[in-house]
Amino acid sequence: MALAGHAVESEHEATSTGLPNTKLAMWLFLASDCLLFGALISSYVLYRGASVTGPYPGEVFDIPYTSVSSFVLLASSLTMVLALASVQRGELGRARVWLLATALLGMTFVGGQVYEFTTFYRDGLTLSKNLFGTTFYVLTGFHGTHVAIGILMLLTLVAMSFVGMVTQRNSIAVELVGLYWHFVDIVWIVIFTVVYLIPTGT
Amino acid sequence: MEEAEVREQAASARPTVRGRTARHPSPKEYIRIAVVLAVITGLEVAIYYMDLPRGILIPFLFLFSGIKFTLVVLWYMHLKFDSRTYARFFMIGFAGAMTLYLVVLLTFRAFAG
Repeated sequence: MALAGHAVESEHEATSTGLPNTKLAMWLFLASDCLLFGALISSYVLYRGASVTGPYPGEVFDIPYTSVSSFVLLASSLTMVLALASVQRGELGRARVWLLATALLGMTFVGGQVYEFTTFYRDGLTLSKNLFGTTFYVLTGFHGTHVAIGILMLLTLVAMSFVGMVTQRNSIAVELVGLYWHFVDIVWIVIFTVVYLIPTGT
Repeated sequence: MEEAEVREQAASARPTVRGRTARHPSPKEYIRIAVVLAVITGLEVAIYYMDLPRGILIPFLFLFSGIKFTLVVLWYMHLKFDSRTYARFFMIGFAGAMTLYLVVLLTFRAFAG
């Protein structure tokens, strides 16, 4: 792969590590979030196929629909890195467009998840119906909440950019939100495989 | 103490560092990675619909998922280009979670049958 990237010029407070503390803190937060999602995914796997009453996963999942949602979230990761590249090059107007595109794709994903939950609920799968319902809603609900928080962060960045708080020299703000957004994406990569694609032995 | 002096002291206590750091990928590289991610996702869905035995399907799904995970972390989250310290921070949580929950799942025989 061609290595024709761009060097990043950044500005941050002097630290003992030489690295911005905010970015280290974000990585530490993401590391701790691995434990949270690890617990939720493990619970789902542990109780997979243990429900004594339906609806069962094979009866409610709509794989083509969820696949489109996955493509939407992957596309949002692309727009997020394009926003970061734009702000690092000082193209603030273009960065705003990419940030708004990312937020819009995120809203599409969350909207799709709300529609999916509504459909499942009408099919009789409630939070307390069976072990599948409980573990599924808690896992995907937590993920959806993370996406919703990410959307708020993106919209805040756009608002900040209008008052001069997001600039080329302060691109780390966009980078931090980007790290969070991509983390949400990689969690979905795992959820899509473990929850939706791996058959439950029905 | 003069107000200007206080401001100067505060500024010197929080010096800023400015410099060229790691190289980040170009937008073209980002788009190439996105295309690869989309193709792998398409493959995942395609093999889901093939009538493969679980023993073959599941390893392939995990392989594809692992490739996508790695591509996003290395390129989009820049771990391939940034300081190794960030990677160490992340790996503490990620590897710790993997180990902990794998032990839990094995203890409860989650993979039996």
